[in-house]
Amino acid sequence: MPKQEPEDRVKNFREVALGYTEEMAHEEANRCLQCKNPQCRKGCPVDVPIPDFIKCITEGNYADGISVIKTKNALPAVCGRVCPQEEQCQKMCILGKKGNPISIGRLERYLADWEREHGVHVPERAPSTGKKVAVIGAGPAGLTVAADLVKLGHDVTLFEALHVAGGVLIYGIPEFRLPKDIVQKEVEYVQKLGVDLRLGNLIGRIHTIPELMESGYDAVFIGSGAGLPQWTGCPGENLGGIYSANEFLIRVNLMKAYDFPQKDTPIRVGKHVVVIGGGNVAMDCARISMRLGATVCLNYRRSRKELPARQEEIENAEEEGLICRFLNAPLEFYGDDKGWVRAMRCTEMELCEPDASGRQSCRIIPETDFTMDADTVIVAIGQTPNPIIQRTTAGLETNPRNGTIIIDDEGRTNVKGVFAGGDVATGAATVISAMGAGRRAAQAMHDYLTNQEPKEGSS
Amino acid sequence: MHRYQGVAAVSYEILLKTQLAHKETLFEVSAPEIAAKALPGQFLIVIPRAGGERVPLTICGYDAEQGTVSFAFHEVGKTTKELGTFEKGDCLYNVTGPLGNPSEIKNYGRVLCVGGSIMIAPLLLQSKALKAAGNHVTTVLGCRSKDFLFMVDDAKACSDEVLIASDDGSIGEKGMEFLDELLNKERYDRCVVMGPVVMMKKVSEITKPYGIPTVVTLTPIMIDGMGMCGVCRVTVDGKMLFGCVDGPEFDGHKTDFDELIKRQRTMLPEERLSSILWETSGGCDCERQ
Ligand SMILES: Cc1cc2nc3c(=O)[nH]c(=O)nc-3n(C[C@H](O)[C@H](O)[C@H](O)COP(=O)(O)OP(=O)(O)OC[C@H]3O[C@@H](n4cnc5c(N)ncnc54)[C@H](O)[C@@H]3O)c2cc1C
Ligand SMILES: Cc1cc2nc3c(=O)[nH]c(=O)nc-3n(C[C@H](O)[C@H](O)[C@H](O)COP(=O)(O)OP(=O)(O)OC[C@H]3O[C@@H](n4cnc5c(N)ncnc54)[C@H](O)[C@@H]3O)c2cc1C
Ligand code: SF4
Ligand code: FES
Repeated sequence: MPKQEPEDRVKNFREVALGYTEEMAHEEANRCLQCKNPQCRKGCPVDVPIPDFIKCITEGNYADGISVIKTKNALPAVCGRVCPQEEQCQKMCILGKKGNPISIGRLERYLADWEREHGVHVPERAPSTGKKVAVIGAGPAGLTVAADLVKLGHDVTLFEALHVAGGVLIYGIPEFRLPKDIVQKEVEYVQKLGVDLRLGNLIGRIHTIPELMESGYDAVFIGSGAGLPQWTGCPGENLGGIYSANEFLIRVNLMKAYDFPQKDTPIRVGKHVVVIGGGNVAMDCARISMRLGATVCLNYRRSRKELPARQEEIENAEEEGLICRFLNAPLEFYGDDKGWVRAMRCTEMELCEPDASGRQSCRIIPETDFTMDADTVIVAIGQTPNPIIQRTTAGLETNPRNGTIIIDDEGRTNVKGVFAGGDVATGAATVISAMGAGRRAAQAMHDYLTNQEPKEGSS
Repeated sequence: MHRYQGVAAVSYEILLKTQLAHKETLFEVSAPEIAAKALPGQFLIVIPRAGGERVPLTICGYDAEQGTVSFAFHEVGKTTKELGTFEKGDCLYNVTGPLGNPSEIKNYGRVLCVGGSIMIAPLLLQSKALKAAGNHVTTVLGCRSKDFLFMVDDAKACSDEVLIASDDGSIGEKGMEFLDELLNKERYDRCVVMGPVVMMKKVSEITKPYGIPTVVTLTPIMIDGMGMCGVCRVTVDGKMLFGCVDGPEFDGHKTDFDELIKRQRTMLPEERLSSILWETSGGCDCERQ
């Protein structure tokens, strides 16, 4: 797929990957074997009928192609861009055995982009069931639940704490990987389906879940994500210039600080940025920092092989000039007289036997301290669930270790009528897994709502 | 005229604008759902217009029946200056709240409420609630000089006693040192302080030797105000806490004020630039029409 050249793209926030032309899409789609027992579909967490939409492309039948996808996936323009296809559908594709699987994600993106240019079709709603549902959090999980339930005829209110809907798609993933107007189009689609979106509503404060249930909602879905930053705990972490990944991302993506002072929210990035971590979040923070003019070093405590970020994004980042330093961890941050970070002390690490989870653990090698200059540090070592809802919903069962909400396979919590899914239940994961969880929960909620006795006074 | 440009179905119309002093303004805004839930000590995040900054401002009044909340602000930088140009009838882009934990309101006995500059407005909400809970309330109004003093009558109406202090001594006591003498003479069971950080630090230092539990409202820089970004982190009793979700009220005797002061200044050059651009462009209206 065509991309912006590294030396150009590192100077702007425009999308890096430019998408297929019609010709390229056909060429790629024509390679598909239309397998009778398609493995690719098994690798898709939301069960998109992959060969069917690919067939539509070969026939030039784009409108049908996008409808096929949308029977299972309400956010194709997003998934086509950020899904880890190489780990999912494309990993299973039969052509992959010979090393060249169909680029399923790029074809999905092609259809979604085609639809945006040619007008979005809004499907019919089922007749009203008279049931009211509250969905908390307008990230991929919440948007999926809301879209599914409103199509089934339920009355859906979607509560979002921030002033813009989209969750991580808006405040986390940068513009150059996922343009924000695309996310807003997907949100508008969900609104067009009939979902009542309420922005700036922090559930737990403005209404608690018990209050929502009392005020007439028949069921509640919690999709509040994993937005609580984790810290290294090293001395000096509260110095100026040390950002959590979330602060950095929110300033840049949600508040558009890259456009300061045209936009009002500032960001200060020095010349030597150190990003601590190695996942997609760390990679995004690093690539943003480069676009803001810094030299960026990624410090990761394991080796290159264990980097959890998507391969494609690691390559993109390296092409753009990212320096990686493996097998080290921070010990202390030093500040200048104004309280701004100026350097950090680190230690070297070594890999050791895999732990109980099968993941290679690592340990400090004593007396290997070294100091490096850094005038900006971004801590991207993971997030845990936002705790406000858990704190304000009596009796809701959570995992005491990390605060995730405990659910069964269908997304039921231990509280009757209350469902949950996405990062709030799994810890930080992926867009598509959050959508898959939303899809299963919506089905379970529909069953719950349709088997429920009608409430007195409701029609 | 500022027009409403939001996508939400709610319109946060300014129903009342009161000029408290030069550059200090109070707005009463229509926000029925927030008004139904607001309590003393909580705050709002206000975004004046689309694309604008999220500024935290403390609630200083609410009326569930009328569906209104009020807040007061001091014009310091770009966004608060811009907010000052809004008039009655204009709509704010977004108001999120109520955020933060409500103040603990109980019958403690004798309570000393100390307010500084703009934070006097929300402090009085607490004085009132503490009085209603049966406390004897002494309210101290601190200001830069007599021209910056406001809400004296409101303070009298909700306190047993009102004392005034100014930085330059142009009205009432000069500085906050007199509190030491006061505490020598009178017994207090609790002290509530809302104001500039240096003032809260000072008052906490004065009450400490007397062992008076002292509650301060910390105002670190915030963005989301709901526990996601961590910019509002403060050190209290040696622990890292978040101003927005763990606070905004903390124990003044355990707060690391010096760290807070440094952290508040981290974006000062950018804030100045923003403010200068705003002023030299004459507070341009074009984006809002
Ligand atoms: C920088 C970054 C890059 C990523 N890159 C990728 C990628 O390339 N591919 C991929 O598949 N995944 C990626 N992920 C992960 C993916 O974005 C998440 O797994 C996914 O967004 C989780 O969806 P969710 O709906 O559970 O939660 P979220 O997207 O976090 O949405 C939760 C929403 O709930 C709102 N909320 C929280 N609390 C409340 C409350 N009390 N009341 C009301 N609203 C509330 C939040 O404001 C938010 O909008 C990335 C994540 C980050 C941070
Ligand atoms: C919980 C809380 C409650 C507050 N209540 C009130 C109130 O009732 N009335 C009032 O006038 N002010 C209050 N503040 C302070 C107010 O939010 C800031 O003055 C305002 O954000 C400044 O915005 P600005 O763009 O005009 O100025 P900027 O140009 O952004 O900054 C000017 C100065 O304000 C400080 N500041 C900047 N952003 C923030 C921020 N987000 N939070 C705190 N300080 C900041 C900076 O240190 C700087 O010195 C409160 C702050 C917090 C955190
Ligand atoms: S497995 Fe590959 S070749 Fe077979 S249907 Fe799926 S995409 Fe086409
Ligand atoms: S303001 Fe972001 S965590 Fe408190």
